[in-house]
Amino acid sequence: MSGEAMAFEQFDATDLVMREVLRDVLGLSQDRVAAFTPETGLFGHLPELDSMAVAGRLTEVEDRLGIVIEDDEVDGEMLETYGALLSFARAKLGED
Amino acid sequence: MISAWPSPDGGEEYALALVEGRPHRLLVLPALFDEANKLRHFTVETMRALDAAGIDAVLPDLPGCNESLAPLETQTLASWRAATADAAAHFEATHVLSIRGGALCEPTGIPALRYAPATGSAILRGMLRARVLASKEAGLAEDREQLLEHGRRNGLELAGYRLGAALVGELETAEPSGGAALVNIGQGDIGGAGLWLRAEPDHSPEQAEALAAAVAKALA
Repeated sequence: MSGEAMAFEQFDATDLVMREVLRDVLGLSQDRVAAFTPETGLFGHLPELDSMAVAGRLTEVEDRLGIVIEDDEVDGEMLETYGALLSFARAKLGED
Repeated sequence: MISAWPSPDGGEEYALALVEGRPHRLLVLPALFDEANKLRHFTVETMRALDAAGIDAVLPDLPGCNESLAPLETQTLASWRAATADAAAHFEATHVLSIRGGALCEPTGIPALRYAPATGSAILRGMLRARVLASKEAGLAEDREQLLEHGRRNGLELAGYRLGAALVGELETAEPSGGAALVNIGQGDIGGAGLWLRAEPDHSPEQAEALAAAVAKALA
């Protein structure tokens, strides 16, 4: 447990919330999301996702981060890697 | 066991009733639309765990949902609230346990326990987004605002669910309707990822046990 807590301590607020949302929407363990790097593949690499699944998860990201994701902003690039998704969120929050 | 209860439009609706005349009887209000399917197994298993803990539970079909023969497109949150009030009276419920968007259909005057309550806005937003994404994949550009405009006037089909115009309008601003909750049980209290976020209906025995335990604790 302490190992997990230490891993999460290194992340700033936005990064932390994003990892927690992905943990919940992807059903992954704390350890796995703590190990995400900017290159970690996300939605482009998960074959079971359809528009309904992606939509539900994006809505959760919106609500947890307090951002609005417009439909025309949703494309393969923004969803492809952890780094791309996090950059997108940071830009929305004015952190870039 | 399968039970029936009289709904406000004069018909009868189905309910799953695990009732043995015990002191606590929960009217369980199911999640709405696509989440209803995803969470049904979990909801029923939670009721079985509650049954094992000595707590009665009844899961009614909302008119227009599940086995109901009533048309979905004529339903509104107001009509569902009237229906849940009738179901609560019929089954002599002492409490309400609402699951996700079921919170938007709570009757007033009965203590409510809420599991992961969802606002109408979030539910609607998710379904609209799914429609726009699916249309984009099919090569058709739809605009969320235009869909909403159309929906407010004529109703809208989202995720296969035909929502009437009034329901679309209500969902835009809907909040849990049963007043201040006796207790809010968040997904964090249950552990794991909410099953409504999965792509397909799925189940977690651990989550059902955890929710039943949280409910039993709140009722103790």
